[in-house]
Amino acid sequence: MKKIYADERWCLGCGLCKVYCRTSHSKTKDIIKAHKLEDPKPVERLHIETGDVMNFALQCRHCDDPKCVQGCITGAMQKDPVTGVVTNEAERCVGCWTCVLVCPFGAIVRDEGKKKIAAKCDLCAQTGEPECVKHCPNNALIYEDRGDGK
Amino acid sequence: MRYVIIGNSAAAVGCIEGIRKNDKNGLITVISDEKHHVYSRPLISYYLAGKVSPKNMAYRKSDFYEKNGVEAVLGKKAVSIDPARKCVTMDDAGCVSYDKLLIATGSSPFVPPTGGLGGQSNVFTFLKYDDALGIERLINRDSRVIIVGAGLIGLKAAEGLAPVSGSVHVVELAPRVLPTILDGESAAIVQEHIEKNGVVFHLSATVERVIGDKKVEKAVLKDGTELPCDILVMAVGVRPNTAEAKAAGVSVNRGILIDDKMRTNVEDIYAAGDVTEGTDAITGEKKIMALWPNAYAQGYAAGTHMSGGKDGFAGAFPMNAIGFFGLSIITAGVQAGEGIETLSKYNDETGALKRFFIKDDRLMGMILIGDVDRAGIYTYIISEKIPLSGLEKKLTDDGFGLMAFGYEKMKERISS
Repeated sequence: MKKIYADERWCLGCGLCKVYCRTSHSKTKDIIKAHKLEDPKPVERLHIETGDVMNFALQCRHCDDPKCVQGCITGAMQKDPVTGVVTNEAERCVGCWTCVLVCPFGAIVRDEGKKKIAAKCDLCAQTGEPECVKHCPNNALIYEDRGDGK
Repeated sequence: MRYVIIGNSAAAVGCIEGIRKNDKNGLITVISDEKHHVYSRPLISYYLAGKVSPKNMAYRKSDFYEKNGVEAVLGKKAVSIDPARKCVTMDDAGCVSYDKLLIATGSSPFVPPTGGLGGQSNVFTFLKYDDALGIERLINRDSRVIIVGAGLIGLKAAEGLAPVSGSVHVVELAPRVLPTILDGESAAIVQEHIEKNGVVFHLSATVERVIGDKKVEKAVLKDGTELPCDILVMAVGVRPNTAEAKAAGVSVNRGILIDDKMRTNVEDIYAAGDVTEGTDAITGEKKIMALWPNAYAQGYAAGTHMSGGKDGFAGAFPMNAIGFFGLSIITAGVQAGEGIETLSKYNDETGALKRFFIKDDRLMGMILIGDVDRAGIYTYIISEKIPLSGLEKKLTDDGFGLMAFGYEKMKERISS
């Protein structure tokens, strides 16, 4: 399946991916309103790791055998059998953080804005194309199918 | 192929989904003495607190059985298994034959013998949907609730009932809350937080007797304390439901004994979930790990093997993600033992605690309170038995992540 891959050689750790991820998952889809006006504030669904010599952004890997889906106590976390995309159904999620406990990538983010919900990368299902990739100024995020069947 | 599953919770669903990955056509029958569509037991406390609607109690959507070609026999109890004729008999004398059978009968609450206790209408356990519905019918804003047991179930009951009752008192035999998953210091943090939300604890205490015939009106503790009572919840612990398995010749210690393919000693009979006694992948000890994600994973592995597939079940070990009144707790693995070193970081500002348990250059366990972000990376280090070789110095760092593994490993992880 098509996934987002980080290229740590080019990542500046600038954080624009976070900004556009938040915007993409906001109510207004407006960069200013999402960051300055929306309450609760939308959370980004990725982590940026920064180091002395390299940086990278990390999103959900949409695993073949996703531990978050298998461990989910409510059935909110699901893997689409056709597309392979792992998504969390907000209405059914109670924020127990079992997915946070079992995700080996630490890819799931706690959204404690209004009601506790596990927030994660959905490959920007609503806009159709991952906004983090689209707006990365240095092509350090790549959205492609590497044909590994995952 | 004809598959029969006794039980209708996490392990059963895991089994169905495991089977259907390999075998789209085989017949699957699920037998359960509960009449409900498959629901999430951990949600009963959320349901009582009004945080989850009846519709969202469903663990899988209403078309789950139909979509997976499952015949659901609900409200009937499987009373005997005949391994020679390969059939299961139900309490209405109906019979279902199987080629492969999964026993996923779960566990039942253990109620310790208590003076005066027996048959009163306001005494509940806290495991099933029907327990929650029974409490819901009785509880009001003035109800004085007593919960016996400050383990995972007892404290989730306390959290669920506190907002809809008058008072909640918790009586626990051990000197601390969550005695099986927390150490003294971390338990004190959790206890203080729960107390701030109005729950009263009686630790190192037991209910000696209860007073009241039709209704328990009062509980008398060993030290003489008398607690008035409208609702009594017994949450001391659970025991595996092994009677039918035992009678069929299945080997049972405390739970049903299974191998790494979830097979019992009897041909074509598998077992998964709370009813089993498996091997702790960290310590190698045989133990019951009655935990939701483990039940699903075991069920999934069983279903995979029953349908002729291969899986990479890595084995189970204790792990919990649980929260009370907004405080998040994550624990995994081992928290005490010979030769175990402890590494801790307490954040004075936020009150967050990170504690790691290390032995022979391996991460054996952890307790995280408050700040649980990216906990799964630690779980990965524990389960994959990754040699620490210096990594331990970084475990408590803010912003700990995959980069701590070094370039090669990090690159492999982010490229997956």
